[in-house]
Amino acid sequence: MNKTTERLSLTNGSEENPIVDVVNRRFFLRSAGLAAATGAFFMQSCIKDHDLGPDGAPAVNLGTGDIGILNYAYALEQLEAAFYIKVIDSPYVGMSDKEKRFLTDIRDHEVVHREFFKAALGSAAIGGLSPNFSAIDFSNRDSVLTTAKVFEDTGVSAYNGAGILIENPTYLLLAGKIVSVEARHAAIIRDMLMPDTMSFAGDDIIDANGLGLLKRPSQVLPAVAPFIYNQIDASGLPTP
Amino acid sequence: MNIFKIIDEIQQVDGDAVERLQHASRRSFMTKLSRSMAAAAVPAAMGTIFNKAYAFTPGAIEVLKFALTLEYLEEEFYVMGTNAAGLIPAQYGVVFNQIKKHESQHVNFLKTALGAAAPAKPTFDFTAKGAFNDVFTKFDTFVFLSHAFEDTGVRAYKGQAGNLMAKEDEPLLDYALQIHSVEARHAAKARDILSTIRNNERIKPWISLDEGSPAAVYAGDNNTVQGGTDITGIGGKSLDAVTEAFDEPLTKDAVLAIASMFIV
Repeated sequence: MNKTTERLSLTNGSEENPIVDVVNRRFFLRSAGLAAATGAFFMQSCIKDHDLGPDGAPAVNLGTGDIGILNYAYALEQLEAAFYIKVIDSPYVGMSDKEKRFLTDIRDHEVVHREFFKAALGSAAIGGLSPNFSAIDFSNRDSVLTTAKVFEDTGVSAYNGAGILIENPTYLLLAGKIVSVEARHAAIIRDMLMPDTMSFAGDDIIDANGLGLLKRPSQVLPAVAPFIYNQIDASGLPTP
Repeated sequence: MNIFKIIDEIQQVDGDAVERLQHASRRSFMTKLSRSMAAAAVPAAMGTIFNKAYAFTPGAIEVLKFALTLEYLEEEFYVMGTNAAGLIPAQYGVVFNQIKKHESQHVNFLKTALGAAAPAKPTFDFTAKGAFNDVFTKFDTFVFLSHAFEDTGVRAYKGQAGNLMAKEDEPLLDYALQIHSVEARHAAKARDILSTIRNNERIKPWISLDEGSPAAVYAGDNNTVQGGTDITGIGGKSLDAVTEAFDEPLTKDAVLAIASMFIV
């Protein structure tokens, strides 16, 4: 698949295409500036779409119940997919063949996850998120892999912590099918950073009972917030 | 009957115990007591609360027993492997010691959770009646079985998640998922080592299609129907990628059939 298609499929069609989005945002801000005297324009625009966050990306409400949890997973997968697409589009200096193979595979898995959730959620799916990767130096191996480690470990802990919040057994099984793949990613990314050490299943993420990290949405969302421009409203999610 | 000692012991196993008991107390215990119960009835009421607070479903207990059997197998496999002189190259010593540590922790954790209901450790034969005679003398054979056991473990836990969905089993679902993800980390690294020593790029940290051996361990992992929809070609991705992106479960029977090859 070529890069253009990939980039387009990153988001939910032309409406949320990042380029169109930027243009719209600029146009919106300029128009808003022109119309600021009345204030009416601003109000109207916000009613039509969602409220806008401080960076101009629309706020996103994940919804309630299982749909909310699926959207929560969809949000995390969007973030991961966007990250690895960029990693492969602009490989860091010194990326080995093996690393490239693994990172390309991981990108593809995350795109599959993202597209799966989008399809499964249908009209209940949240829109395409605007990722904020400004803190990542994509030319630097350590910057990329350290971020990948955070994303993967966070993803694993998030799926682990979402299990008890899911009501439908089919969705629980699906989460289980995905989380072990994320754990495989996490292990191999960690091994790239510290080859053949205990890091792939390190004591920093596995406790003295041999239990891997588990986090509820209320712990995960603040951790990933710096990487997403959109404000995410998780108030409808089920709680333990 | 030293109630405080019991609570203290439970608290060591389950950090939420006091909170859970308080919750149970608020709900029923105190109201029951306030209904002018005789002091003699208190121990019985206490027992009811313990049962209520810790009454995992019978199905969940079966899951724990099943899991413990698998963890016994893994633990003994790695204890024997790491004790076998000259088997594991120095480069990989840390990796397999870390895996062994986790499997021991899982055994202890599950035994504690099951208490008197914990099954005894089976007697294992890792040669599988002669099929793997060099399991503890040839590194390739050891890593081969390691990756097969880990992938089986991942599929086994995944297959049981749906049996831990009752409200009272919630802590167990948390624990099972936590162990499940650790097994998946093990599997990825074991597969990576197998790929390296066999110089075979087709063996990846993730499972492509249903490729792998023994075949029973990977049967059905090429499934492309997820949530009722065939996602072949989704996102323009290859069949390899689509099947790698989802790890499939195994039934308890399928797992026991695999494990029984190594149980005397």
